[in-house]
Amino acid sequence: MVSLRPRALLARVPNRGLFCAGAVITLLVIALVIVGMVWMPYEPTAMSADRLQGVSVAHPLGTDKMGRDILSRVMYGSRITLLVALGTMAIGAGLGILVGAVTGYYGGIVDEVVMRVTDGLFAFPSVLLALVFVSLFGSSTLNVMWALGIAFVPSFARVSRSEVIRCKHLDYVKNARLMGVRDVRVIFVHILPNMRGVLLSNLMIGFNNAVLSEAGLSFLGIGSQPPFASLGQMISEAQEVFFIVPSAVLGPGLVIVLMVLGFSLMGEGLRSEEGRMA
Amino acid sequence: MRYVLKKTATMLATLLVVSLLLFVAFQLISGDPATRILGTGATPESLAVLRSELGLDRPLVTRYLSWLLSFAQGDPGVSYVYNQPVATLLATKIPVTLVLAALSFAFMCAMGIPTGIICAKYAGSPVDRIVMVANQVIMATPPFFSGILLSWVLGMGLHLFTPGGYVSYETSVPRFLGYLVVPCLAIALPRAAQLAKLLRGSILEEAGKNYVRTAYSRGNNTSGVLFGHVLKNAFLPALTFLGMSLGTMLAGSLVVERVFGIPGVSSILLASIGNRDYPVILAIVVLIAAVIVVVNLLVDILYKVLDPRIGEE
Amino acid sequence: MQDAPLSQDKPILAIRDLHLEFHDHGRPEVVVEDLSFELRRAEILGIVGESGSGKSMTALAIAGLLNRHALDCSGTILFDGVDLLHCGRATLRRYQGDEISMIFQEPMTSLDPLQRIGMQVEEALRIHRAELSAAERRKMAIRAMAAAGLPDPEQVYGMYPHELSGGMRQRVMIAAATVLKPQILIADEPTTALDVTTQAQIIALLRTINAEDQTAIVFISHDLSLVRQLCHRVIVMRKGVAVESGASDEVFRNPRHPYTKALVDAIPKVVLER
Repeated sequence: MVSLRPRALLARVPNRGLFCAGAVITLLVIALVIVGMVWMPYEPTAMSADRLQGVSVAHPLGTDKMGRDILSRVMYGSRITLLVALGTMAIGAGLGILVGAVTGYYGGIVDEVVMRVTDGLFAFPSVLLALVFVSLFGSSTLNVMWALGIAFVPSFARVSRSEVIRCKHLDYVKNARLMGVRDVRVIFVHILPNMRGVLLSNLMIGFNNAVLSEAGLSFLGIGSQPPFASLGQMISEAQEVFFIVPSAVLGPGLVIVLMVLGFSLMGEGLRSEEGRMA
Repeated sequence: MRYVLKKTATMLATLLVVSLLLFVAFQLISGDPATRILGTGATPESLAVLRSELGLDRPLVTRYLSWLLSFAQGDPGVSYVYNQPVATLLATKIPVTLVLAALSFAFMCAMGIPTGIICAKYAGSPVDRIVMVANQVIMATPPFFSGILLSWVLGMGLHLFTPGGYVSYETSVPRFLGYLVVPCLAIALPRAAQLAKLLRGSILEEAGKNYVRTAYSRGNNTSGVLFGHVLKNAFLPALTFLGMSLGTMLAGSLVVERVFGIPGVSSILLASIGNRDYPVILAIVVLIAAVIVVVNLLVDILYKVLDPRIGEE
Repeated sequence: MQDAPLSQDKPILAIRDLHLEFHDHGRPEVVVEDLSFELRRAEILGIVGESGSGKSMTALAIAGLLNRHALDCSGTILFDGVDLLHCGRATLRRYQGDEISMIFQEPMTSLDPLQRIGMQVEEALRIHRAELSAAERRKMAIRAMAAAGLPDPEQVYGMYPHELSGGMRQRVMIAAATVLKPQILIADEPTTALDVTTQAQIIALLRTINAEDQTAIVFISHDLSLVRQLCHRVIVMRKGVAVESGASDEVFRNPRHPYTKALVDAIPKVVLER
């Protein structure tokens, strides 16, 4: 029996140090976002203070060139970045799993065509796809989410397709089909639960890519529009004043790094040790 | 040879489909360019004249084919906004972005491949552990952030680099390349870290295979086994990654050009997205797609060269 | 049945109190316990036992291929005045592929899939006879391949493993292992993965190598009838311990240990009476 108590689960993690470090970092970032939802030191858009102040007690990360409190803006910006990344994952994983499951289950020409298309998309970097999407439909936060979400469909479609194809030939799935269980039920009840493990690692990698892509796009000024900046855009605006108020760049930059690092360290901790050369 | 022909045909087909999809999408979304150029107050007659001048009265497929033909000859149309041929607008910018991406690609290989090999050879050692954790941090750092940090450390701290001191390749090629080193480093770092991790894992996986035991049984030392047998086998999975990396490098270039004030396609692409200047966007995107597709063809051919098992059914 | 080599032949390999123990899964697990035996020049020695008996670990120990990170080893494996179990890696490498060679159970996966056959057969020459020219190496490799019964060795030389059948690949393995005419050839279940006809051919080939080059062979197998056909002497192993040893005719005719008896009884009569 596998125990579900946290301590017992943790004991089965191959590299506990890395996993815990990642978990702590992730919790810190999530705490920053959640605290920011109920309380922020200042209004993130209020130009209340003197411009370009350095680090102080009143403004722990200083103020930007419009006199806005950077800590508050970082709290707000990380919320946007996190939401876009989560939305991206929901769209990418949802659509991807669906597309992969259906094409893998039924096969045939549709499968062939869809897989060709996803293969083509796969080679295309998500930022470029998002740029095309945004140039067609406009540059809102929601569009960035859709654009990135669609860019992540291929990776999830591939995983779920291969999993469905593998499971289609397992005895219990064949039995279920012979007993007249409906296809939808076979796919979602009998097959997809098998791919939890693969899906988890894909979600972790995908989440990180989504955060980084969103940051890149918002650095280019695409996505959330001023004055509601997300992290990338804050960095872009603060670059020219980096030498006056370094925290204006370092603050949002570090939050991006930590957001990604937390997940990737947790993922690393879950992987078991490989072999050696000799 | 048949394999290469088949792959080339697939490549051309992919490129045609991609360009057709993009062309149609932009045509459908963009509305009537004539109205956009002349404004809403224009008379129906002048609009009709401009439409026929622009060839907009012809069917979509005809327009696509004529666009494709002129694109292939280096003339992807006229910008709505600048009223200049797109080719003229992009002529000096495309080489900059391509050089930036290609150089970043080279940097990625130069950093990632040796790191991966060394970490695999000394897997489990303190060096390996430190590098692998550092790798996680590097992978988590977006190029625009590391670019700013690098230009600060190398520029202000060590005086090795002048931020904003871009030199055109028309002025001096060495100084042009010299300025690109730091941006390339920023673009290449996260990808190099990924490559190192991938290659390390792949080498260690190969190291457990039976042919490795055979190689040791013939009196090879670790280096002999690694460089004589394992590396080539372990490199195959990395090859797909390399193929996909050039696209990433191009995307990274678009972002990092902005950090370092490099006049590549980034600024005009973003301006055109803002202005909905579709001929420019279409030209840049199709060009990037072409580069990516061609690189993937090269990767497929390289695969075939390295692995005799491919393409023999 | 073959004649045993002259008993006055000095042993070329002496194993004393070999003890191997895994220690990487927390609880130590003994895989070979106090094993001692000798191998004489030009002798074919069979080691039989079921899987988990420690026979393959013994073979790997002699070939110097044990994973020393995961094992505790004690005892000695004496060859040419050197203890192969405890000598440095560099010393070990001097013998590997030159004086002591090994072939494996899995011919399908034991060759490098991306390297041409010729290069793999020549590998021991490149390592141990660096002074040879490429042409000389090629000549020796092709001779070894012909001796291993590969038809048209000139052509096979330039082929890749995936173009050959399992039996052919095992012949390539044998050619590569014997290109330097080693004193000892360790064969770990070399025919298990092959069909019966190919199996018989490989056994005949091993016998020829033994007779012509005076190569001593350590033949690891779970197949008693094969061991009986091929080997002069036999050691029966069970759970890491040698339960019985002796001239193979004697052991099979008069098994003393109950385990050996059970094994011999399990051989189909037809084979025994041949």
